[in-house]
Amino acid sequence: MSDVPRMNAVSTPLSRLGASFMASLRPVLLLRESPVGMVGGAIILLFVILAIFAEFIAPFDPNATMVPFAFPGAEMEDGRVFLLGTDHLGRDILSRIIFGGQRVLFYATVATAAAYVVGILMGLAAGYFRGYLDELLSFVANVILSFPIMVLYVLIIAKVGASGINIIFAVVFASSPGIMRIVRGVTMDIATRDYIAAAQTRGEGPWYIMLMEILPNARGPLIVDFCLRMGYTTITIGALGFLGLGLPPPDPDWGGMITETRAFVSGGFPHMAILPACAVSLLVLGFNLLADGLREVSLRD
Amino acid sequence: MVQLIIRRIGMMILIMLVVALLLFLINEGDPRLIARSILGPYAQDQQLDAWVIENGYDRSVIVRYFEWLGRIFAGDLGESVIYKRPVSEIFWDRLGNTGILAGVTFVIMVAIALVLGVLAGMKEGSLQDRAISVFSIVTTSIPEYASAVFLVGVFVFWLGWLPGTSSMTSGFDPLQMILPVLVLTLYGFGYIARMTRASMAEVMTTPYIRTAVLKGLPYRHIILKHALRNALIAPFTVIMLQINWLLSGVVVTEFAFGYKGFGALLLEAALRRDIFVIEACGTAAVFVAVLTQTIGDLGYTYLNPRIRFK
Repeated sequence: MSDVPRMNAVSTPLSRLGASFMASLRPVLLLRESPVGMVGGAIILLFVILAIFAEFIAPFDPNATMVPFAFPGAEMEDGRVFLLGTDHLGRDILSRIIFGGQRVLFYATVATAAAYVVGILMGLAAGYFRGYLDELLSFVANVILSFPIMVLYVLIIAKVGASGINIIFAVVFASSPGIMRIVRGVTMDIATRDYIAAAQTRGEGPWYIMLMEILPNARGPLIVDFCLRMGYTTITIGALGFLGLGLPPPDPDWGGMITETRAFVSGGFPHMAILPACAVSLLVLGFNLLADGLREVSLRD
Repeated sequence: MVQLIIRRIGMMILIMLVVALLLFLINEGDPRLIARSILGPYAQDQQLDAWVIENGYDRSVIVRYFEWLGRIFAGDLGESVIYKRPVSEIFWDRLGNTGILAGVTFVIMVAIALVLGVLAGMKEGSLQDRAISVFSIVTTSIPEYASAVFLVGVFVFWLGWLPGTSSMTSGFDPLQMILPVLVLTLYGFGYIARMTRASMAEVMTTPYIRTAVLKGLPYRHIILKHALRNALIAPFTVIMLQINWLLSGVVVTEFAFGYKGFGALLLEAALRRDIFVIEACGTAAVFVAVLTQTIGDLGYTYLNPRIRFK
């Protein structure tokens, strides 16, 4: 840690960006001190690997209809095994969970990252410029945050229709105000520091100061919040799928899988709905544990 | 203090008016879409135009907005496109059902969360603390639609103790309330519990608690009489904000169990474009949410003597 300021003093913006990137990895490296965080990280890593290599890992085509109502472990005539059984249309549940995870992780990451870009820009501007701009942005944030979040999602998706792009749009609309509030608070705090005054005296422009001086120093709470928000977004995408407002079928998505098959829980085929429910709970648990571990580690120093 | 209350209430009214305007613009901004949803997909353009003029929808949006506000204050919520009945006949009934569900959940959830949060926070780092913290993270990670499947699987089909529906078709049945309340409580209590734990842990490190311990006061007495009073101030705001979360959870839970509440009504209306029902439900949801946020803010100010006497 001691040589980071010295590097900053003589370096160009680009290598400073590199230094701040290395510094932002520190909590990740420190995570080995938090067993809870490591469990969370391992769960997420598992789902990420499954998502990236889905084509090679999944034993079947997720939309191929084969033997309906097969229990976990059932065998096909050619000897291939349905490890987690099949659903009411005869589609392999393991393959659907793997490809569903790919879809959920993709949309959750893109949506959360986009919400972060919007929220960070709004928060930096509000916290750094203050004045009318701050009043205006904060009021907009207050209005959006006053909606119960699921009510807001239902209203938006019902209006603009259910598709991947619209889900990303809805997540950005609903969660960037919360991100903006966090960034605004941290920005107002950091803006009073001496190194900001130094940068202003050097004649740096406001956006340079915000993005290069303030944002890297605000990363601590943002990394924890990002993990938590990934969990919420995963829940949201599942909830929209469950309500019938989610990603369009027939490609699998966990919430949709639950809603399609939960009627068969009563018919003696509980695995069809319980397995995707386990998958979504496990992934969200991973994000929450990782966030908890990161918070614990960042409080320590 | 009085100035703060007036400012806060003024803000609340302004936000409600803006949100109502947004809801109105989304639903009634384009008059031909309203005509389309009422006259059906096969109506011709001339019929749409005739309907728009006949019902005064050709006037400016702002005029219609204030008229609409006036009608809402008078209790006229319009007529449901699907049910062909005044919205108020369906709406208040549904809102009352949700009020029962949310009220029961709220009481149970807050009680459990406070007890567990205090138990965890009074001995920070102990086994008791770790166990409660991990338990609350796990329950917060299971979304309502997943825990509904798990609980129905166990209590309805495996053990056969509870009914799997909450539609109350043959009158009110407390047994049908158990699963929705359980699902909402499991998902929601963790956040309050964690906030309470953090607040309690902070209070336990303060000098006045150490003084009380050194004076030789009994441990129970220190926790109940000294620590709790200050430790429960911060969670109060969180608890009031939790009502906003509860309204979100209600949409999913009511759909999962077929409970006839306003969340299910909103979902159904949104899927079938029943605009006046959407407006009524959306307005009600935001009204409750903004009201509880304001109460939370003001209550926090009142409870915290450092702000109250400034």
